[in-house]
Amino acid sequence: MTKSYLSEENFATLHKAIDAYKDTQGPLMPVLHEAQHIFGAIPIEVQKVISERLNVPLAEIYGVVTFYSQFTLEPTGEFLISVCLGTACYVRGSQQIIEKVTELIGVDVGKTSTDGKFSLQATRCIGACGLAPVMTVNDDVYGRLTVAEVPGIVKKYQETH
Amino acid sequence: MEYYRAHVLVCGGTGCSSSGSATIEEMFKTALAEKGLDKEVQVVRTGCFGLCEAGPICIVYPEGSFYSHVKKEDVDRIVNEHLLKGRIVHDLLYVDKLEAHSDIETSITNVTFYKKQKRVVLKNCGVINPEKIEEYIAFDGYQALGKVLTQMTPEDVVNEVKKSGLRGRGGGGFPTGMKWEFAMKSQGDIKYVACNADEGDPGAFMDRSVLEGDPHAIIEAMAIAAYATGARKGYVYIRAEYPIAVKRLGIAIAQAKEYGLLGTDIFGTGFDFDVEIRLGAGAFVCGEETALIASIEGERGMPRPKPPFPAQKGIFGKPTVINNVETYSVIPQIILKGADWFRSFGTEKSPGTKVFALGGKINNTGLVEIPMGTTLREVIYDIGGGIPNGHEFKAVQTGGPSGGCLTKDHLDTPIDFDTLTALGSMMGSGGMIVVDDTNCMVDFARFFLDFTVDESCGKCVPCREGTKRMLEILEKITSGKGTLEDIDKLESLAHSVKDSALCGLGQTAPNPVLSTLRYFRDEYIAHVTDKKCPAGMCKDLLSVVILDGCIGCTACARVCPVGAISGEVKKQHVIDQTKCIKCGACIPKCPKQVIVKQ
Repeated sequence: MTKSYLSEENFATLHKAIDAYKDTQGPLMPVLHEAQHIFGAIPIEVQKVISERLNVPLAEIYGVVTFYSQFTLEPTGEFLISVCLGTACYVRGSQQIIEKVTELIGVDVGKTSTDGKFSLQATRCIGACGLAPVMTVNDDVYGRLTVAEVPGIVKKYQETH
Repeated sequence: MEYYRAHVLVCGGTGCSSSGSATIEEMFKTALAEKGLDKEVQVVRTGCFGLCEAGPICIVYPEGSFYSHVKKEDVDRIVNEHLLKGRIVHDLLYVDKLEAHSDIETSITNVTFYKKQKRVVLKNCGVINPEKIEEYIAFDGYQALGKVLTQMTPEDVVNEVKKSGLRGRGGGGFPTGMKWEFAMKSQGDIKYVACNADEGDPGAFMDRSVLEGDPHAIIEAMAIAAYATGARKGYVYIRAEYPIAVKRLGIAIAQAKEYGLLGTDIFGTGFDFDVEIRLGAGAFVCGEETALIASIEGERGMPRPKPPFPAQKGIFGKPTVINNVETYSVIPQIILKGADWFRSFGTEKSPGTKVFALGGKINNTGLVEIPMGTTLREVIYDIGGGIPNGHEFKAVQTGGPSGGCLTKDHLDTPIDFDTLTALGSMMGSGGMIVVDDTNCMVDFARFFLDFTVDESCGKCVPCREGTKRMLEILEKITSGKGTLEDIDKLESLAHSVKDSALCGLGQTAPNPVLSTLRYFRDEYIAHVTDKKCPAGMCKDLLSVVILDGCIGCTACARVCPVGAISGEVKKQHVIDQTKCIKCGACIPKCPKQVIVKQ
């Protein structure tokens, strides 16, 4: 995959973000959130820059990035499908939902399709337990889902370019 | 000041937002403007009303008409009929499943779901617009902070909180007043207060609702805690998964600063206090207070051994008070109305109310707030409306992955910190997941272990290795390869992990296993000796069979992908279990519905 997201423009934005947090106590987490937002991921190239500018060892940064599930080393696909496997959703059958999605898009949980279109993840509770089972595609939320509804939803994004 | 004759309250919580309440709100505004009513009727986006199942929810005041499941096409009718002509649209009102529907049920105050509740924590949720500080102030907001700063010493504040008997709502139930006292007495020129809003229990969302519906209450309470303990700076550590809550809290902090309720010289008393938001990044363990501290400092969120407790050595090594969102939310009211008022709810050892997130197999999913000491039966049947689709109640899990389950036998147990602990569960943060007879308890335990294995930080061996091995045994059992010896091994391993793990996550991770073993051992035994899953959930243990009553239409045989079904036309068919792959394709094809998984 090309690394077009590592553009000079993005790095310039990152530098600004680092400057903004430089004087904050414990700046690493906020800076990593910014980096994840700017690049869509925190690959080693980005970690190196943060390490130099914040004067934090690269190993430590790598440790933190890989510890938290919201930081990723590679960008996710164009559409991030998250199926909630929180307790409330699970007892209402979200496991079957996620299996159906896997079958439809051919992507395993935690992976991205080779064309970069879909990523699939199992998430733990987005707090919409009243609507269980819940699935989100980027910012769209689908609640009270049944397995039968899944193909229609997936199709909508497959046809979006 | 502008005066409105009616208000339309639209729920803007995560539940209703996911059901499309933002569109409904916009449509109300447009429709009212078209009719020229926008100067007479105000549309307000509020926090959560609690009954998420009925979303999107709109309430029209002054009547208090409770419109549920509001659809786009309903908006015009409500505007034309109710708001223009004053005629309540009866067929769009919430139908109370628990009581025969009558005309009296037009007001929200008559809905059974709310009748047994006592809203203290959620007092302002679904009432005020959380993005306007003026509305919070109009409901006595920031008066408690004023009282504390002008009339009370830090010792008075700590004593009042101690007297109230308030216990930490994050799960442990540690007395809040004592925590504050430790921090007050700790030596140090710099101290911190922190709010734990890292609500990681999957299936719990009360903290989110408070932050979304009443964010100023948390800011005010943190300022009070800061005054009492001598801190000048506060951190709110909140899950990044809660974007609406993060946004509203940010707005609230900015407004409080603008009004001089945060910043320097608050109320002209020389007291300085500021709050900063820190985002979590998706690690359940960060809800543990020492892990939360590590995360704020910019490290991996790994717990540290206690002592030293955060009250002595917390954020950046300074004395720190950490409380949960719900704990903070009642502080201003305790200060204003007094400890005795707070003690008038709940039980002797667990005063006050508790918010629970009701979810799973229950009719009224949503948030409920009840006095401590209410029985499970009242929560599940009177408020929750019982189990849907005619199924039978089997168990309720409290405390999420750290808690345990309670069964039919415990329905009349009053809920408080101590009774739950005595039964092998725990209060936890307040998730309450109901399961029915179609849920397998072994699989349920496996589900929670799968979660803790994922979320274990890996620092201590008992948790890192122990939970993994427990999960392996559970997977062995649910796939039908378990033995009776495995059950014993599982139980002894669970006790070892409980006794030796470093932090709360590891120490409580075995609870779901131990409590299901305690109350549902027969299900474990059925899995290993009979190789059957009584609830019909564990796939590997099911077989698809054709019962008597087959008319021999051959529809099932034709759809079977592996040719496992045989039989003559117009005669009983049978499934060859050695060939069957349990795909279930035949089940919906049977016109007589005699093919079942069992």
